[in-house]
Amino acid sequence: MDLVNLQTDIVFWLVLAWLLPLAAFILELLIGSRFGKYAAVCAIGGIGGSFLCSLMACFLWLQTSVTSESPPESIATHSITEGIASTPDQMPAVNHSGDVYRFATFEEHHSENDVSSHHEAHDSAGHDSGSEHHEAPELLGMAGFERPLYSFATFGESSLGLSVYVDGLTIAMFVMVSFIATLIHVYAVGYMHDELHEFTDPEVVLSDGNPLTRPGRFPRFFTYFSLFTFSMLGLVIAGNIFQVFIFWELVGLCSYLLIGFYFERKTASTAANKAFIVNRVGDFGFLIGLMILWTSFSSFEFTEIFGQLRGPLDTETHRWGEMHYDQEVHGLILQNTETGTAQMDPETQNPRTVSYYLLVAAGLGIFCGCVGKSAQFPLHTWLPDAMEGPTPVSGLVHSATMVAAGVYLVGRFYPVFTPEVLLVIAYIGGITLMMAATIAIVATDIKRVLAYSTISQLGYMMLALGIGGWVAGLFHLLTHAFFKALLFLCSGSVIHATHTNEMPRMGGLRKKMPATFWTMFAGVIAISGLAIPGVLGFAGFYSKDEILANALAFGKVNPQHMILFWLPMIGAAITSFYMFRLLFMTFFGKPRDQHVYDHAHESPPVMWVPLAILAFFSTGAFICWVNPTASAGLDGKVPQILHDALPFVHSNTTVGLSGIQFASSDAVHAVHAQAGTLALIMAVGGAVFAYLFYGAGILNPSELQRQFSPIHRFLQNSWYFDELYDWLFVHPTHRVARWFSGLDRNGIDWLIDHSASFTVMVSRLNGAFDYKIVDGTVNLVAKLVYRLADWLRVIQTGQLRQYVLFIVVSTIGLFMAIIFIASK
Amino acid sequence: MTPIGLSPYLTVGAVLFVAGVVCMATKRNAVGILMGVELVLNAANLNFVAFNRFGKLGLDGQMFALFVIVLAAAEAAVALAIVLNFYNNHYTIDVDHGEQLHG
Repeated sequence: MDLVNLQTDIVFWLVLAWLLPLAAFILELLIGSRFGKYAAVCAIGGIGGSFLCSLMACFLWLQTSVTSESPPESIATHSITEGIASTPDQMPAVNHSGDVYRFATFEEHHSENDVSSHHEAHDSAGHDSGSEHHEAPELLGMAGFERPLYSFATFGESSLGLSVYVDGLTIAMFVMVSFIATLIHVYAVGYMHDELHEFTDPEVVLSDGNPLTRPGRFPRFFTYFSLFTFSMLGLVIAGNIFQVFIFWELVGLCSYLLIGFYFERKTASTAANKAFIVNRVGDFGFLIGLMILWTSFSSFEFTEIFGQLRGPLDTETHRWGEMHYDQEVHGLILQNTETGTAQMDPETQNPRTVSYYLLVAAGLGIFCGCVGKSAQFPLHTWLPDAMEGPTPVSGLVHSATMVAAGVYLVGRFYPVFTPEVLLVIAYIGGITLMMAATIAIVATDIKRVLAYSTISQLGYMMLALGIGGWVAGLFHLLTHAFFKALLFLCSGSVIHATHTNEMPRMGGLRKKMPATFWTMFAGVIAISGLAIPGVLGFAGFYSKDEILANALAFGKVNPQHMILFWLPMIGAAITSFYMFRLLFMTFFGKPRDQHVYDHAHESPPVMWVPLAILAFFSTGAFICWVNPTASAGLDGKVPQILHDALPFVHSNTTVGLSGIQFASSDAVHAVHAQAGTLALIMAVGGAVFAYLFYGAGILNPSELQRQFSPIHRFLQNSWYFDELYDWLFVHPTHRVARWFSGLDRNGIDWLIDHSASFTVMVSRLNGAFDYKIVDGTVNLVAKLVYRLADWLRVIQTGQLRQYVLFIVVSTIGLFMAIIFIASK
Repeated sequence: MTPIGLSPYLTVGAVLFVAGVVCMATKRNAVGILMGVELVLNAANLNFVAFNRFGKLGLDGQMFALFVIVLAAAEAAVALAIVLNFYNNHYTIDVDHGEQLHG
């Protein structure tokens, strides 16, 4: 079939895109050190080829369009309604209860109603009030599909292996990751050129007082980079959560290797350890989630799990269905993945269920892994320290890709998360975003500001996903990748030129580094979410706008969670503030350190050309592929690709056990303008404040710092999280370790040392036993015999007459005895 | 006169025997001990002959008695030799002086 061939082709290009960096890695591993400069060529070849393959796959994906073959809308809705309405009959009467409570009672929703879950198939009567960003009723691609690749092990019917899951999200992520990675590889050629020859590390001081001189490690850097891109793409393409976990760990490993690239520096090696260990803490929860999923669903495959939980993927709308909740057993009824009816337990004729609480636990477990990987509160402490790695690492790994893996997984695994879990995700995202934003205000290291900014923006994405804005959150992921990579690379350019990370030593670099300045300006505007609506928009504006619209709609539906709207709103203001602060402190004003200013120079083209390309993509027109005169961005092709991939839509009667409701997308559209204007005001306000403080110097920041110094100190020490974890975990561990060491030294070693004298004591006892008892017995016997003999000696008198008498008497006695016995 | 039966002979033999034993056991003189031995032997002889006359021994009793007489004579000779040696060593025939083999 044509569709199947197309799918196979797409899988082929994606797998090729995934494996090319692996080939580059292996090549560099074997002969990289002899290549020297050309190891970079190998790596760039690998990732560049990967990008081209991703583009090819994207092109093939966009070739299918359901409108060309889609049936008229009414038939589409009819089939959906029919399909859903018939499930009550197919859903068996539960033996113990006739009352099966559903999250969404589809029976009363018919095609003519405003059913948000099928708004692609709306009748025209059901349209909402003239929202021109109502999606056109066409789907860009096909439904998500899965292909198995390789099986490690089979256990009865379930198997463990590698598989591929392709949908719009996969394609978008592939293109984004490979593109940004290619640009950063090129950038790194320029940035890391110090490593081509012998390198003197000023931060490592040997015992004789000199700095360390070591051979350069240029090829090794690209080896790690290739491994990282291979792992990241493997994570994105994964079709089962076990494969996700494999590559999750692998990206964690690459992050460790890359952060600790300058491993002779104590700070760098410690930071690498911290990153890996904190990630591992999150992975503990991930493993628990995996275990629960395996026991409940006996499969790790996405299609299997989603199908068992939500019924088969609807081929018309490409959405999964709703979960069916059985109130008696507090469980969700598992469905047969082909027919959409409930799985029946063969012994009792009841439908098989999975406990609701267990599913909540599984969702929280998987999310725990995401908390660790995406540096959310409370496992965020590793990311600021991860800036010890070279700047291309920060740009690729810790802004655009690895930390986005957590958000990607939440998006991918969305159908499994119950509304309670989603609320937890949203709150954690909200807390993270606010916390990181406040710390970024006072940070002075340019990369630290960007690190906290990354944490904050990841919080935005989690919040968006948690409140039901799947497309918004993942769209923000894509745009954020571009402008955060851009910001990091620009800061790397500045660091490369000034040889310092500290912003208080910079200033006035605008004239000396114009390309860096303009590209960074584009990035700052993008992340702040500034735009001139209707005329020019930058990518961050569109994506943040969408998140805030979702937040406001959610807050309106659940008024007790309105804080989930105010947090991102205030966060937008703070984001804008600290980003413009960064810009002003670095590029404007009088140079604060003349030496640094004198030596600053523009970066070579190999470094600023990628910056320019990224800046180009940070502008909204090109990432959204949108008509710039549109008022909001979701009409763009990129968001629409994501929208295709939306796994399911919360209908407006979706109610979690805790009573949370999600906003329908029409509700979101209704508040879009309101949220957007408010966001814009906030962002502009933040920028204005930053100008007042740092641009024009009208307000004095050090004065404010002095007046609020306790708060300042609190923020400067990043809310004392490191100290808290030190006190909570590290010191008790050390104490326990010291106790065990003492036990070992005093107890066990004492025993061993005294075992010699113990042996002597035992042997002495043994000897005494032998001497006294054994020999004594023998001697006693001898003595007794002697006494007896001595006593008997008396008889032998030597007297003849006596002997004769004895003879006679005994003879007589003998005779009498014989007579006596014989007479018996 | 009623003929006498076996018992008187046996009684006389027993008396002689006991006398001989007592003599052996009590005499200090070595030759006296020998006399006792002779008495015992003769008592045995008497027993043999009595049973020969009153029992079913046939001529065996008398033959045996002759042998006993011979042996007694031989044995007396040997014993006298021993006594002589004893005298040569101890210059007395008091057997109480021969107690060197006491324990």
